[in-house]
Amino acid sequence: MSHLKCKFLVIGAGPGGYVAAIRAGQLGLDTIIVDAEALGGTCLNVGCIPSKALIHAADEFEKATHFSGQNALGISVSQPTLDLKQTISWKDGIVKQLTGGVGGLLRKAKVKVVEGWAEFLDGKTVKVTSKDGETKITAETICIATGSTAVELPNLPFGDDVLSSTEALSLPTVPETMAVIGAGYIGLELGMAYAKLGAKVTIVEREDRILPLYDSELTKPVSARMKELGIELRLKTSAKAHNNGLLSVISESGSEDTFAAETVLVTVGRKPVTEGWGRENLVLDMDGPFIKIDSRCRTAMNGIYAIGDLTGEPMLAHRAMAQGEMVAEIVAGHKRDWDKQVIPAICFTDPEIVSAGLSAEEAKAKGLDIITASFPLAANGRSLAIERTDGFVRIVARKDNHLVLGLQAVGKGCAELSSGFGLAIEMGTRLEDIGGTIHAHPTQGEAVQEAALRALGHALHI
Amino acid sequence: MGEHIIKMPDIGEGVAEAELVEWTIEIGAQVREDDVLASVMTDKATVEIPAPKDGKIIWLGAEIGDTVAVGSPIIRMEVDGEGNIQPGETVEVVKTEKPAREPEAKPEAAPKTEAKSAPPAPTVKTTSPPPAPRRATGEKPLAAPSVRRRAMDAGVDLRRVAGSGPVGRILHEDLDLYLSNADAEVAPAASGTLKADTSTKEIKVVGLRRKIAEQMSRAKSRIPHITYVDEIDVTAVEELRERLNKERKEGQAKLTLLPFLMRAMAKAIKDQPQMNARFDDDAGVIHQSGGMHMGVAAQTDNGLVVPVVRHVEARSLRECAAEVARLAEAARTGTATRDELSGSTITITSLGKLGGIVTTPVINHPEVAIVGVNKMRTLPVWQDGEFVPRKMMNLSSSFDHRVIDGWDAAVFVQRIKGLLESPATIFIED
Repeated sequence: MSHLKCKFLVIGAGPGGYVAAIRAGQLGLDTIIVDAEALGGTCLNVGCIPSKALIHAADEFEKATHFSGQNALGISVSQPTLDLKQTISWKDGIVKQLTGGVGGLLRKAKVKVVEGWAEFLDGKTVKVTSKDGETKITAETICIATGSTAVELPNLPFGDDVLSSTEALSLPTVPETMAVIGAGYIGLELGMAYAKLGAKVTIVEREDRILPLYDSELTKPVSARMKELGIELRLKTSAKAHNNGLLSVISESGSEDTFAAETVLVTVGRKPVTEGWGRENLVLDMDGPFIKIDSRCRTAMNGIYAIGDLTGEPMLAHRAMAQGEMVAEIVAGHKRDWDKQVIPAICFTDPEIVSAGLSAEEAKAKGLDIITASFPLAANGRSLAIERTDGFVRIVARKDNHLVLGLQAVGKGCAELSSGFGLAIEMGTRLEDIGGTIHAHPTQGEAVQEAALRALGHALHI
Repeated sequence: MGEHIIKMPDIGEGVAEAELVEWTIEIGAQVREDDVLASVMTDKATVEIPAPKDGKIIWLGAEIGDTVAVGSPIIRMEVDGEGNIQPGETVEVVKTEKPAREPEAKPEAAPKTEAKSAPPAPTVKTTSPPPAPRRATGEKPLAAPSVRRRAMDAGVDLRRVAGSGPVGRILHEDLDLYLSNADAEVAPAASGTLKADTSTKEIKVVGLRRKIAEQMSRAKSRIPHITYVDEIDVTAVEELRERLNKERKEGQAKLTLLPFLMRAMAKAIKDQPQMNARFDDDAGVIHQSGGMHMGVAAQTDNGLVVPVVRHVEARSLRECAAEVARLAEAARTGTATRDELSGSTITITSLGKLGGIVTTPVINHPEVAIVGVNKMRTLPVWQDGEFVPRKMMNLSSSFDHRVIDGWDAAVFVQRIKGLLESPATIFIED
């Protein structure tokens, strides 16, 4: 068994892990990163990036289909066809480019990459097993970034036609019928994409609404679009079993039903990967299913940090990256503490939903006296010009001092508003700051300024 | 109208660069031909740069403390008639970089370099909001990420900082204020007319002071010093000195103890030539000098300089005295030439009445020995069964222990002691 030593060891090369390693390398720490799979973790390989690629392909295909029929723009094309295999290999190319890029960045930061499965022997030592043999790594400081994995349903185990999001990103053909279990953001993003690619999609959700993390005002335009795309939604319903291309379901009231579903996509959530890497050889405190950390991502054990999905909600790549950056700086001796005000979240459905900070309900639940206003995209010139007026921008602020607490939007292309939302809240802006900032015309961003002005009682374009 | 450009003059002796130590004019100044514009300094000589013709200063190419390459433009003047360059023609200043003293591992490692305050934000006219209440107890402090990071680096808990921005937002200025007040808190409280002064004055170390600093750290970091102190009964030599001064002819310099010491040292060096040397430690070669060129450390208004009395072995007592007096005057008035301030092979240092009883002299690198003269006092000395008043003086001498053994150092000082205590022996031809 070969033996390596380093100052800083990162376990897991997802967005949290690789950012921690790059930053540590930049700061001159002798750093090793270990992963059994390709660099980039879930995000780059089977998550954020490939799903966005598939969603883009689905949008383009749907556009072509749309123009093959009656349309306002007077464009006519013939009915399009799709070679999904080629779509998937195009998507794989993007993934490969990005994971290769991560490898390059790690090299540039002088980080050593060790391929294999890491397992703790004790708080300072890790055994890495790969096809080439075993390596022992001793490190002064270790950062665990093992991420999360898709939750399986006991009655619908993954395999054959029951897919997790990973398999759904590499299907050989578009299934004629597809059932999606769970109307969270992953299920809706992929369900809508497959509906656009031509599948008859049915979404089964145990709760009484879609996207339970967002308020109903925000999800309404998404529901409307789902209906337009012919997606069937079965709320208050649970999946029972999948046999011979048929999915049997049972509703809350007890009525059973069966419908055709060539494939079943199970997206009922993700769980942290807390087993399989030798946690039993450590003494880590837990926080429910997650590893417990403090505001510096320190675990209960000295010299062991944890970041990313492993450490709790929201399980988002950009949270993990910020944590990774912070941990590297702490290990390099900087004074750092988690002080982020906001972690924006985006749902890449059609239309997209973006939320930063508190919604009106959340603010009220905190006992805050608030004012809130929204501005409809129907009154925004750019939205009209791109034929998508469904959606709005909403702002939530404190009533006493107009401090902006939250910004939300739903609309085609609204994901890009998230950076402005994050900046506004992180900088501690007031309604007057946003209202007093010139927002370029004609953009959807104008709706943000108008929402702020409307909250102040003097919107100009409504 | 034309433009005239003045370049860093070639001061000779293969000097490739010089340090700008003073601007005597500023941009916009009208100057006449031969007015002094600037002073630049090389290793030891300071050179003034005069105006070549009448004109107006329009550009200065270096800051005080910059080391500028010879031939690099440093001043532009607007002059009547033709200048020596085309107006507006670009010229490049070649500043020679000083090697970084402490190569930091990464620039990242010094978070202090962060901007002290954010550039002023564009002011935007907005309707005035309701008067915002200050932050209530327990509420999170509001601050931009850059302010938070600065606070974290400085170890400041933002909850303790009052915010003056909108909504009580903590601005960089608020943090500045808090940090300066925090300094004051550490100082003892003001009582009566005594007040704590928390100000800090930044003084750029330039010119002669920088040369001294560099020379001192070079000497102290490279040379393992051994310092040896012994007391010398100077009663006899003082009697002789007074007598000689009484018999002094017109035009002769008044004798101090220094020329006696120089002559005694010359004699001691004859026995131990290894004391009179320059040690090139990079090359590992000792250049033992035949000529005894004694540096005599002198305090001037600007700091320490070391004029050199050349060939002491060939000078009489009176000649030594005359040369010391001449050099001391030149050093004080700043007219000493480069030659007169360099090339010593051994150094004598004395603080006169402030000499104290012991010093630890710093060797004038690359020399190998320095003799320090302490204060002379009349002390009771036990002699022949009784106390007698004697004039006593200590010599504190340092040696480069790499090349001078302690034994040899002791022998050298004892030899000087013996010569000074029986001054007639100084003048006996061998």
